[in-house]
Amino acid sequence: MALATRTARTSALGTLWGSTVGKKAVMAATGVIMLLWLTAHMLGNLKIFFGPAEFNGYAAWLRTLGEPALHEAWFLWIQRAVLALCVVLHGVAAYQLSRRDLAARPQRYAHRRPRASYATRTMRWGGVILGLFVVWHLLDLTAGVVNPLGEDGHPYQNVVADFRTWYADVFYIAAMLALGLHVRHGFWSAAQTLGANNRRRDRALKATANVLAVLLTAGFVSVPVAVMTGLVD
Amino acid sequence: MNLTLRIWRQRSPEEQGAMTTYRVEGVSPDMSFLEVLDVLNEELVLRGEDPVAFDHDCREGICGSCGMVIDGQAHGPERTTACQLHMRHFRDGDTIDVEPWRAAAFPVVKDLVVDRSALDRIIGAGGYVTAPTGSAPEAHATAVPKEAADTAFEHAECIGCGACVAACPNGSAMLFTSAKVVHLNVLPQGAPERESRVLGMVAAMDEEGFGGCTNTGECATACPKGIPLPSIAAMNREYLRALRKGGARRP
Repeated sequence: MALATRTARTSALGTLWGSTVGKKAVMAATGVIMLLWLTAHMLGNLKIFFGPAEFNGYAAWLRTLGEPALHEAWFLWIQRAVLALCVVLHGVAAYQLSRRDLAARPQRYAHRRPRASYATRTMRWGGVILGLFVVWHLLDLTAGVVNPLGEDGHPYQNVVADFRTWYADVFYIAAMLALGLHVRHGFWSAAQTLGANNRRRDRALKATANVLAVLLTAGFVSVPVAVMTGLVD
Repeated sequence: MNLTLRIWRQRSPEEQGAMTTYRVEGVSPDMSFLEVLDVLNEELVLRGEDPVAFDHDCREGICGSCGMVIDGQAHGPERTTACQLHMRHFRDGDTIDVEPWRAAAFPVVKDLVVDRSALDRIIGAGGYVTAPTGSAPEAHATAVPKEAADTAFEHAECIGCGACVAACPNGSAMLFTSAKVVHLNVLPQGAPERESRVLGMVAAMDEEGFGGCTNTGECATACPKGIPLPSIAAMNREYLRALRKGGARRP
């Protein structure tokens, strides 16, 4: 080692994406961006409790955000592009790391025992479920293709029509529970991966992850529950 | 105590192995787990059979040679090494499963013996200081903050047994690597190689075919020396810092 006279140089980004630690850091960073966006999305959804005018007005305002610097809906499209990039990076990194992880333990132990928490064990398949949910959710409430009503510019009416069907309620609530579990492990794990964790912060970070997971799930689930109970119609 | 042991027997790296059942009778609760294997091996030799191969050396829990998965747990049910695990933690009539460390980077050599030289190669990629050693230096020559000294000592306790890799569902060596990175990176003596150490050791770890960290925490639970899970966060912090500083060099 001391005799090495030449050092192979790769770019910092190449090294980052090429190593297990770096790739996981990409997953963590994209996860945090998506989590921040989800928090804003959840809070925006709660506007539905103030009636159709408020909710539809909020949706319209999202399209005018950034004007006059940005043209109509530009903000939305920029945000969609960033999110799509995050989803792709997060998913590809997860897939590649999982392949590697499975190959690193080719033979299982004969003596099995339960290990790790439910949230930790379901990160991979929970992530797949969330990915499928996002596809349906976009077709349903963004494009309106699979929505029972699907009227452009009337998100309040679309949401209500949607959650009057049992399958939308079931799929949506199941996905939000999966989201809660994903965030419960994911938030703390991201802090650990980005090096933000230490022994003093460990418990506080785990508690924050739990609170975030519960608030996000409760906030999102409150909408279909409100439609089902007739609080919103 | 009378015990039934189900032990992984594999004659060579190429041959298929299998769990084989043995009865061991008259076990004292004061025996260590390795001593039970000694008793079994004496009987096997007398019967003209091949004794169970397992790694061991100091039998004091400080060398890191011994290691086997006992009832699905690295080093067994107590937080110590297999040599310091005493039979009082088992009950008369128990059936105990004994398997080698399982990881792609730890190929089985024979029975319970695995090749852990991958860990040596990780150490070779940066787990050292280039400061001149030799005779013990004057203790006041280099001031080390108390907190740094404590952190370094805690991580220097790693004996490289590989229990973290065996316990990890991804066969990851992150806890081992982080122990050495943190140990040397907090000390002034380790400062000159601070960036190249973490970059080199992580690269070596990846090249050996160890998996990545999914933060399950199994490693820190199994570690007989109590290396804490946040050590991996500290290594990640060092790694990202080294990349930011443009030290993408591989030693």
